[in-house]
Parts: sequence; structure tokens; C-alpha cells
Amino acid sequence: MPEIKVTPLGAGQDVGRSCILVSIAGKNVMLDCGMHMGYNDDRRFPDFSYITQNGRLTDFLDCVIISHFHLDHCGALPYFSEMVGYDGPIYMTHPTKAICPILLEDYRKITVDKKGETNFFTSQMIKDCMKKVVAVHLHQTVQVDEELEIKAYYAGHVLGAAMFQIKVGCESVVYTGDYNMTPDRHLGAAWIDKCRPDLLISESTYATTIRDSKRCRERDFLKKVHETVERGGKVLIPVFALGRAQELCILLETFWERMNLKAPIYFSTGLTEKANHYYKLFITWTNQKIRKTFVQRNMFEFKHIKAFDRAFADNPGPMVVFATPGMLHAGQSLQIFRKWAGNEKNMVIMPGYCVQGTVGHKILSGQRKLEMEGRQILEVKMQVEYMSFSAHADAKGIMQLIRQAEPRNVLLVHGEAKKMEFLKQKIEQEFHVNCYMPANGETTTIFTNPSIPVDISLGLLKRETAIGLLPDAKKPKLMHGTLIMKDNSFRLVSPEQALKELGLAEHQLRFTCRVHIQDPRKEHETVLRVYNHLKGILKDYSVQHLPDGSITVESILIQATAHSEDQGTKVLLVSWTYQDEELGSYLTSLLKKGLPQSTA
Amino acid sequence: QQQHEDLSAKKLRLTKPSKSAALHVDLCKATSPADALQYLLQFARKPVEVESVEGVVRILLEHYYKENDASVRLKIASLLGLLSKTAGFSPDCIMDDAINTLQNEKSHQVLAQLLDTLLVIGTKLTENPSVRMRLVEVACKHLTDSSHGVRNKCLQLIGCLGPVEKGVAKEAESQAAKDVQKIIGDHFNDQDPRVRTAAIKAMLQLHERGLKLQQAIYSQACKLLADDYEQVRSAAVQLIWVLSQLYPESIVPIPSSNEEIRLVDDAFGKICHMVSDGSWVVRVQAAKLLGSMQQVSSHFLEQTLDKKLMSDLRRKRTAHERAKELYSSGEFSSGRKWGDDAPKEEIDTGAVNLIESGACGAFVHGLEDEMYEVRIAAVEALCMLAQSSPSFAEKCLDFLVDMFNDEIEEVRLQSIHTMRKISNNITLREDQLDTVLAVLEDSSRDIREALHELLCCTNVSTKEGIHLALVELLKNLTKYPTDRESIWKCLKFLGSRHPTLVLPLVPELLSTHPFFDTPEPDMDDPAYIAVLVLIFNAAKSCPTMPALFSDHTFRHYAYLRDSLSHLVPPLRLPGRKLLSSPVSPSITPHEDPSQQFLHQSLERVYNLQHLDPQGIQELLEFTIRDLQRLGELQSELAGMADFTATYLQCQLLLIKALQEKLWNVAAPLYLKQNALASAAAKQILEETYKMEFMYSGVESRQVVIIHHMRLQAKALQLIVTARTTRGVEPLFGMCEKFLQEVDSFQRCFISELPHMQGSFVDKLLDLMPRLVTSKPSEVVKILQTTLRQSTFLHLPLPEQLHRATANIIEPTGESDNPLRFTSGLVVALDVDATLEHVQDPQGTVKVQVLYPDGQAQIIHPKPADFRNPGPGRHRLITQVYLSHTAWTEPCQIEVRLLLAYNSNRSKASAKIPKSGWSESLEALPQSENGIEGTIPFSKPVKVYIMPKPARR
Repeated sequence: MPEIKVTPLGAGQDVGRSCILVSIAGKNVMLDCGMHMGYNDDRRFPDFSYITQNGRLTDFLDCVIISHFHLDHCGALPYFSEMVGYDGPIYMTHPTKAICPILLEDYRKITVDKKGETNFFTSQMIKDCMKKVVAVHLHQTVQVDEELEIKAYYAGHVLGAAMFQIKVGCESVVYTGDYNMTPDRHLGAAWIDKCRPDLLISESTYATTIRDSKRCRERDFLKKVHETVERGGKVLIPVFALGRAQELCILLETFWERMNLKAPIYFSTGLTEKANHYYKLFITWTNQKIRKTFVQRNMFEFKHIKAFDRAFADNPGPMVVFATPGMLHAGQSLQIFRKWAGNEKNMVIMPGYCVQGTVGHKILSGQRKLEMEGRQILEVKMQVEYMSFSAHADAKGIMQLIRQAEPRNVLLVHGEAKKMEFLKQKIEQEFHVNCYMPANGETTTIFTNPSIPVDISLGLLKRETAIGLLPDAKKPKLMHGTLIMKDNSFRLVSPEQALKELGLAEHQLRFTCRVHIQDPRKEHETVLRVYNHLKGILKDYSVQHLPDGSITVESILIQATAHSEDQGTKVLLVSWTYQDEELGSYLTSLLKKGLPQSTA
Repeated sequence: QQQHEDLSAKKLRLTKPSKSAALHVDLCKATSPADALQYLLQFARKPVEVESVEGVVRILLEHYYKENDASVRLKIASLLGLLSKTAGFSPDCIMDDAINTLQNEKSHQVLAQLLDTLLVIGTKLTENPSVRMRLVEVACKHLTDSSHGVRNKCLQLIGCLGPVEKGVAKEAESQAAKDVQKIIGDHFNDQDPRVRTAAIKAMLQLHERGLKLQQAIYSQACKLLADDYEQVRSAAVQLIWVLSQLYPESIVPIPSSNEEIRLVDDAFGKICHMVSDGSWVVRVQAAKLLGSMQQVSSHFLEQTLDKKLMSDLRRKRTAHERAKELYSSGEFSSGRKWGDDAPKEEIDTGAVNLIESGACGAFVHGLEDEMYEVRIAAVEALCMLAQSSPSFAEKCLDFLVDMFNDEIEEVRLQSIHTMRKISNNITLREDQLDTVLAVLEDSSRDIREALHELLCCTNVSTKEGIHLALVELLKNLTKYPTDRESIWKCLKFLGSRHPTLVLPLVPELLSTHPFFDTPEPDMDDPAYIAVLVLIFNAAKSCPTMPALFSDHTFRHYAYLRDSLSHLVPPLRLPGRKLLSSPVSPSITPHEDPSQQFLHQSLERVYNLQHLDPQGIQELLEFTIRDLQRLGELQSELAGMADFTATYLQCQLLLIKALQEKLWNVAAPLYLKQNALASAAAKQILEETYKMEFMYSGVESRQVVIIHHMRLQAKALQLIVTARTTRGVEPLFGMCEKFLQEVDSFQRCFISELPHMQGSFVDKLLDLMPRLVTSKPSEVVKILQTTLRQSTFLHLPLPEQLHRATANIIEPTGESDNPLRFTSGLVVALDVDATLEHVQDPQGTVKVQVLYPDGQAQIIHPKPADFRNPGPGRHRLITQVYLSHTAWTEPCQIEVRLLLAYNSNRSKASAKIPKSGWSESLEALPQSENGIEGTIPFSKPVKVYIMPKPARR
């Protein structure tokens, strides 16, 4: 039985370090190649030795697919391709290809330059790695080799995020990457057609959450910012450079535009500028509003949002500043926070989750006095707000996607085991499909039941359909033909053509049967009686009495001879070809019953 | 006229050689199928007259049988359909032939086209049941065809022509007609999605034609909702909706349990499910239909707004619920704690249904959809459902308020309008009001105005709410001063709706103090006026309020009552203040005195028929003055007053003109004086056009009077011309024309003539036989005497009469900076105007630009430039392109709005029967009385512009 094997090297019952191996119909595909934020040792990258101990990776993998540019999905890529060694194709969408190297470079800088690690990939390696990347468009079917094909679907989440369908013959797997089923201010919702894959590998970050309407969150956010600015206060929004930052920028930009506000909005410079540039370029990847209005104005060409300079932090008057990083643990956002924390008119808004131990986490949990470096005590008087803007599908969204795609099996990755358990149970209960949730390194095998396509010649099809009743979509239909299996292809042709093609002579297979009938009359009279009898019963068939004394029913021949020993017994010789088996056996059984008595 | 029609018909016959002959020749000449196709294509471009259709059809059919090429046959088949559509042609004679052609046809495409032709024929012969029966039978026979196109057409035919009345179909007639529903229903499972769609559409068509669909279809339709193809799903949603309307109370079982529910609830759940479909077309369709399912039970309805939030398997309250709780516990939203929204109780994992929860959260999804089309549809549906269910209205409020922050303006506007429509059922909570008011700062004028409109009819629950609204409106006023009128109006309603809530706020609002006198506020401050409007309107139904006013407030009341009478209601003020108030205290509230005044003054005028001319003139002058003043004061009577004033003005002009001395003197001597008479005639003509076209609500009774006045003016014109021109020839034409007009007047208003005893036209018609035969000079003489003797007609007033007005908001005309542009190029000028009581503004309103050199330019705004913010009101936002040659210094141009009229349009009493082909239309003469013109109806605005010479 054909099977699909899935082994997560990362993201199995875990978040981070996404890396999933799929082997389908003899093809091996690696989905995502991420790093783990939580570790600084070898555990941060997936264990590629699992794939092969000594051989080249290229020989074992047919392709690598990257779903989007977040580091937990692409962070290990240069290490994998340049240091471990992989020369095969890497597929990602155009925006991912554009933005991914910026983030990798940033990641490299922090690790090597700041933390001083050695034995890490270099800038050159990133460049070399990107040379192996093949960019794909949405809904474009890319033929990796003759059998393996992949296709990208829109996934929302971040700019350029995609879900991939991997297809070999009739077997297919869909990998969702991270996706979002509700549109936000700059991206649309994930969408997939009813492709009915054998397996859907879905993320399950919010497996146990059903989220509130995003409108309330947006409104709250805007209201808070607006109120503070009107009071003359300053608003600090610590963000990570890409993704949510852009959404919040658009949100504030349009609000400023609508409400005619004048207070300045700043964005801390750095890689954001470069990234914004790509957002401007990839308009087709954004949502309806931005796509429709970009002719008048590209929404990412911010009118109210300007680049930030260190000196601006001391300017009087209201302002809004987006600063990196998002958890207030270092860098510019922390510097600004220290400056503004003392004034109760100001406000800091945390738009996302904060890891324990960071300043962000401390203030969110209500701490008002912070100990900074050098035993300084910083009293936080400013208001602290928490606002969750997350772009993952919630439980309802995941179910919705499963409903859209109608897979035969579901496999959950990228989430916590306990939460997955709940969702798994729900999926099995509501869709009646198998659901799996392998841990890292654990292999799941799924047996498939692929349908095998067979070519049929048009002539034969027409002939066969003409015989029966109307074609009915719901019922299988019986057809007669010859199946030729040649060069890995299946064809259904008419027997004559098959013989011709194969250069074989046709053999006739005839069945002959003798039936004894008690009849004292002459042979030809018996024949006549048989003829009349058959004619009476088989009204729909052509029954003929030939001059040589034999009877034909369609192509079945009946001859009568007197028994050599007993003249009163006549022997009826019934002969038919293999094709007429049905009618032939019917006739013999008919004749065996004997002739009716009153034929005279 | 009868004669005329005959003539034109004859002309047609003469100039057109027989089409059929030409076609026959062409087709015979054709050597190849391609040639023949070319001829047919050429032929199809030209129309065919009714008489020759049958001949043409015969020739086409003849050729059809001979033709081997399928494409030519296809074209012929389509031509047959086209020809059967010809007006006046009855296609039953060609039906047999068309059916016959079907028998031997092999090509599927041609078959489909032929069936299409039969459909056309069938739709023309719907009254004939036997024809329909036959066609349906033919269609049923071809339903087994292997091509989807043919099956498609067959189903369409059955849908359009299938028997609808039960029992009428006689047994003997045919077997096929036994049950069309069954036949169509069998194709719900067709293998081709296009055929499935066609089958559902045919079913819907049957429903539209009045056949009651069977309930059994419901389960079939439900299965189609899971179809792979979006067209099928979209049509299936419609079908389910139809069934839910037909059998709302039937009981259907819930699969996988033994419970049963009402069909309408089940259907509602299913359609709700489709709101999260993969295709947005289906989503829009589903969201739209939800709105009209009003029989659905309330708990299903309320589920649509509930998404059953949870977080880590614990039940979570929505932000809305939290806001509500905070409100009811008397606390303001803190929102400052992390985990404020921390989930509370544990959820039983088994009980959570993630997807099959029917209607659950359908609107939450719909309102959050990616496509704004879906969001708008969802808002509309919410509106319709909320209008019929007050409890649902209460619940959906939070969601509507959230939509005020949508990224697309259309959606925001739509949700504001929706909220206004349901505002009778709701009272806004303070936190909701807060969000609503935040939108007042929106830079789009449309949004702000819609919001003012909304606030006009909102119920606010607390005095803090009122205060908040006032503060925000005043903020709005300072930010956008142009909103003044709209804000005042809004406060007027806010005040009159909530008198008791305003009462405790009065001292604070007027900043009065129990012991100290506070400075008198500036009377011209729009913000202060706004506050006063609120207070005075509240005081109307709150008699204790005036006691809180200080002296200057009373003075200001008197001033505002006079200057802004439409905003400030009459108040019954305490007795001791009467003296200081110039407003007459004897106003009796139960009877509108101004209305009375209007009628009294008119009565007076009409009664004084036989006063001496001088007296009449004076009386008319006074009355006109009174009426004009009344119109300024009483906005609701303005239309009425202006209308009558204009009429009296016309009468006055007529009388004055007839009093001229020139009539007594030999003609050629008084060239100078008659300037007045002819000017008067001209002015009367203009005024009558204004009366006819500028007022909405004018009834035919008024139109007669107006036309009568116009006739008099024309008579006057004729007399004046007769007296001033030498020679008789020009007079002949004029007299004839005038008599024609009298004639047409008689024809148009024959029913009204009995009411016009003793009038000019009455007398004229008596003299008509004499007039026709007499010479022009005599005609003039007769006219002159009749005109003098005729009585003054009483103008009856309609119930409602509004004058079309326009107000140009932008450009303001105050700018001193000239608009500079290079000569020869264009500059775009934004024009923003409000129009009131204009019917069909898209067709009638034009913008006129007058350059200093007298050059005038008329611009027709696009239909999309007009918006309709409320009944009877329109808003024109457009761009006008200006261009001119270089000037030496900046100069002002004038921009104004014109109302175009066409006298034909208003009384299309004699409609020309339209024939199908264009030739006959051209032959018709232009109607003589079709006078087109324009009336300026806005104050001109001056714009300073400066075209600079181009630099080289």
C-alpha cells in the first residue's frame, strides 16, 4: 500500500525551529528550515544528521520549501545549505526571497557581532544560499522534477507567507506554514481550494483559542493612542521590525488621515526601512483595500510616519514612536522607555507576547519599580497597556481551513502538545478524518489509497457509453476493454486495437455444448421446432434458420444431428464464442429444459 | 396626426427594397460556408421590418436544410431567434419549422442555439398553453443529450415555460408535463456543474413564475451546498432561501440526532454556514439573504453574534461583554491591566463545537471578512434583521459601532446609515456613544453628516451622554466650521428628544452662577449658538427650564428665534419676561398662524376682483412682499410662499403691462414704452418655467394655471409684436403658432377646463371659430380685449410644495489668492454643493461657469457625483475644469448651478409609440412645444483665477 511518511525535525508538539520531512511516493521534501529562539547551542538548529549520516543531503532531498520569512521557519537555511551542504532547489515566494536575507543578516549580526559566536554562517554564505532559491508565484504549479510538483496558496500571516501543496501523481500533501484566517489591515485571509489532499499539515498555535473580533482590539488600540496624544502625552509602541509593525503603522496612518491628526509618528530606522520598501513593491500580496487604492496612493508610503532620530525623544509635545525590539529587553525601545517612564501622561503599548525576564514582561505583570543596570531604580509612572495583535489562525480558523481543503488526514505541528490534543479530538470528531500529532523525530506513516488514472481512447468511451443508460455521476459503470500497461502508463483500448498494437493474432475461443433432446421426428423437423421455440422466446434477438439446416441466434450456432445409436434422441450442438458467453449459457440452459410439447 | 403617421409608414415601404429578396440573392451567391457566414453577419447588423420577417425566416430555413457547415447553421439558428423577437411579429408560424429542424440536427452547439430560439419563441407566446406544452416536451426529449450546453438550454426552457398552474395541464396533452419539478430535480445531480446550476436556476425561475416548489427539494438543495463549484453553491443558497420562505414552519430532522427544528431555522443555520464559504461570491450572496429571513427564531438570530470565545480551553468573555459589565457595575473601563481579559471558567472539552454550530458567529465572520462587498452585505443584513427584532437590535449595536472604524469609507457610511435606521429600537450606552462620537473627527464630510443625522435620532441614556455628545460636537465645530448647520440641526433634535437630561446641565452649559453675574457670551459664536439651540429645544417641553436662564439668554432667544427660526422653537416664557421679548406672546401653539396668514392674504387677493387697477396693483405688491418675508421666516412654508408670490408677481406684471399707455396710441409712436410690456411678457414666461420646474410637489391643477399664465404671456407678446412691427407677413406665422398653442392647451387640459370659468382661455375658446378665420390684425384686437377682460385665476395650493434650492459650499468665494494656471491648460476646481428638493438631479443639474469676457460654459456632472444623504436631499461633489487664454491680471469667474428643464418631459401625456427599429423614430418630427432651457437656482460664487501665459 502506498504511504506518506512525515517526520518533524522541529515544530513537532513545539513552537519554533519548524522543519518537517515528508516522503511521498518516493520523493523526499523538507518543509521549512527554522531556528529555535530559545536555545543558543546546537539545539537551535534542526538535527540534519537524521536525514543522512555521511552522504550528501542533496542526494536524499528532492527539494526544500520555505513557507515564510520568520526566522523560526527559515533561520537555519544558510547553515543547512552552506555548512551542512545542500545544493538542490529551495522554493519560496518572491516577497520571502526578498525579505528573508535581510532578517538572516540581522540574525547573523546579533549572534556573531554582539554575542561573539564563532562557527556561524557568514554574509557570503547567506548570499550563496539565496542563489539556490527558486521564487514561485501564487497558484503557480512548479514542476520540481517530472513527477513532483508544488503549488503555493495565499496564507496571510506575514507578507509573502504561503501554504504549499506538494503533489506526486495522485498523492498530495498540503503544508500550511503559519496562516491567518481573518484579514488584517494589510494582509488578506488565507485561502485554499477544495484540493482534497491526502494529508494536511497544519500549524496549531492557537489550537484552544477562539478569538474575539479584531475590530474591538483595533478600536481599543486607536482610542488609547488618540486619548494619550490629545492629552499631550507620548506613546511608545515596542515592536519587532517586520509583520505586526507594518499592520500597526497602516492602522495609525489611516487613523491619522481620517481624523486629521497632526501629532508626529516616528518609526525607528534600521532594517525597517528596507523592509518597508519591499512592502511597497509587493502590493499584490496585500489585502483588498491596499490593492485597490494603490493607484491613488501606495499605503506603505506613509505620510504621517517619519524616520526616528535619537534626539526626537526629548522633543516636547505629543508623539507616537514605534521602536525595536518588541520585548523592551534592549536597544532603542528600552532607551526611549527609560526616558519616558517617569511621566504619567505617557503610555507604552505592548502589542505582543513578552518572554519572561524581559522588561516588557515585568511591566505587564504590574511591576512599577524596575531595577536597571547599575542598581538604578526606575519608577514606572507611565501607563502600560497590553494589546494582542497576532496573526495566527484560531481554532475556528483552523477548522475552517480543514473544511475548505477537505483533506483525508490531518497532521498538527507548531503548537503545544496539550492544546493539540484538544484540537485533534475535535477534528476527528467533526470531520471523521484521522489526525496525527507526532513529536520531534517521531515518524508518522499514512497509508493512502490513490486513484490511478487510466487513459481511454475516445472511440471506446463513446461506444461504451452509448450502450448503457445515461451516465450517472454517482454510480460506477462497467466497461469492456483491454488494459495495456506499458512504459509506466495505463491505457484502456478496444480489444482489436490492443491486438493490433501488440502485433498479436486474434484467437477465437469457442464453447461447444451438446444437448440431447428426445424427439422422434426427422432432423429438419426438430430443427424447425427448435427454431420456432427460440423465435418465440428470444424476441429481441435475431434468430435465423439457415438453408444448411442450422440455426443462428446472433452469432451462436445450433446444429442438430441424430444420435448415432438412438434415432429418437437428437443431439443439438450449440457453439458460441467467448464474447457471447452469457447468451450461450442461457441458450443451453433453455434447450436443456427441453422443447415444449405442443408445437404441432 | 393620423395623416402624418400614414405618410411616414408609406415612405418606409418606398425606400426599402424587400430585405428577403436581397438576402436570398446573397445566400445563393455564397460559394463557401465562410462567404455565407459573412453575408449572414452583415444581414444581422440591419433591422428587418415586421412584414418581411416571415419571408426572411423561410429563406433562412430553406438555406438551413441545405447547409452542411455547422457554423452557418448556428448563425442561422441565432438569427431565427433574433427575428422572432421583432416587435409585432407573431412567431407561431415558424415554431413548427424550428422544432422540425431539431430532429435531424447532429451538432450540439447548433442544437443548443435552436433550443435558445425556441425559448425566445416560447416567451413571446406565453399565453398559449399548448405551444408551451409542446416546447417543454421537446426540451424533455433533449434532456438526455450528452452535451452540457444542450441540457443547459433544455432546463432553461423548462424553467421559463414549464406549466405553473396545477390541474390546467390535461392528462391527454402530454406525459412530459406531468411534473416539471421532478424532471428538473433529477438534474440536481448532473455530472456537469453548469447543468446543475442551470437546474437550480430553472427551479428558481419556476418559483418566480408562481409555482409552489415542493418541500422535498429542500434536502436535495442542502446537499448542493457542499458542491465543489461556486456557481452551484451560490444558486443553491438562493434556492434554500426560497424554500425557507415557502415553508418556514415545517419541521425538519437534525441529522445524527433525533431532534427536529423548524425549517426556517435550519435553513438559517445553513446559510449562516455559507458566510464562511471559500468563495466570496457565495459569501456575499449568503450574507445578503440572511437579512430577509425574518421568521427565524430569536435564539438562532442571537447566535449569529456570538462566537463563543475561549482561550486555552477556558471560556472568555468578549470585549463587548466586558465593556457592558464595567458599565453596569458603574466603573469606567480600566483596560490597563494585563490579563484584564483573563479567561474565567473551564470549558467542558466535549461540549465545545468548533464548526457545526450552525448560525454561531456568522455575522462576526461576515463583518470581519476580507472583501468589503461581504462586509457591506453583512451590515445590510444586520440592519434588516434589527429592524424587525428590537432585542437583536440591542445586541448587534456593539458590532455596528465597531464597523464605524472600518478601513473602507463605504462600509463606515453604510453602518452609520444602518444604525440610524434602527435607532428607534435602541438606546446607546455611554461607552458606545463614546465610540460613535469619536468618528465625528473623521475628515470625510459624508461620514460626519451621516453621523449628525444619526445623532438626531439617537436615544441617549444619561446626562453625561448628552454632555459628551455636546462636547464632541463642539469639538467637531471648531475643527470643521463648515459643518455648522448640520451640527445645529443635530443639537436641535438632541435637545428636543432629551429635555429631562438637558435640564440638570443648563447652569453648567450657560455658565450661570447663583450669586455672580457672568459675562455675556458672544452672540455670533457658532459654538454658543449650538449650546443655545440645544437648550431652547429642550426647554420647549420642559417648562421649568426658563427659570434657569439669565437675562441675556432671553435676549438671545429673541434674536435667535427671529434669525434662525427653523432651529429655535417658540417657547412659552414666564409672564414677566414677556415685555422684553418682542415675540408676540399670543401665539397659540395648536394652530399654525403662519399657514393661516398665508391663506388669509391669498384669500384677500382673490376676492378683490373688481378693485380699481391702482388698488389691485398696490394690494398685489404688498401681498408679494408679505409672502416673501414669510418664506424667509418659516422654512417649512417657504416653498408655498415663494410659489404663490411668483404667481402673484406674474399677475402683477401682466396687469402693469396691460395698463401701459401704448395701447391707446397709434402703434409706431411708442416704441420706447413697449419695452416694458415686452420685458414683462418675457419675465412672465421665465417665471412660469420656474414655477413649473423648480418646485417639487406641483400637481396638475397647478400646472394648468401655470400654463394658462404662460399662454397669457404669449398673447401679450403677440400683441406687443403686432403693434411694433410693420407689415403683416410675420404676424401670420405668429398668429398661427399662437392658435396652435391654444389648441394644444385645450387638448392637454381638457379635464381642467370646467374649473376655469371666465378665464382668458375660456373666453378665447368661445371665440375660437372666429379667430381661426379672421386676419391677424383682428386676432390681435380680439386677444387684447380678452386679455383685459379675463379674470384672475385662483391658484389652489398643494399639500406639500418645496422649492428646489442649491447651496454651493465650495468654492467659498472668499479666497483672495487667485488660482493660477498656465493658459491653454486646465485647472480643476472642486465644487461641493447641497441640493434640496431636486427631482432627478442626475439629469437636470448643471454647473455653469461664467468668464469675465461673457463666455459661458455649462458642465454636466457625472451621475456618480451625486449622493443622496437623505430624502429630498442631494449632494453634488464634482470637479469643474477651467481653462482660458492668458490674462494680464487675476479676475473673478462666476460659478453657479443651473436646473435644466424640458417641457416635454414633465407632461409626457401623448407618448409616442416606440417602434422597434430606429428608422421610424428618426422620421418623427421634433415636438414643437419641446422647449428646453435652464433656470439658475443657486447664488453665484466668485472664484479668483489667473491664467498665466505659457513660458517658452
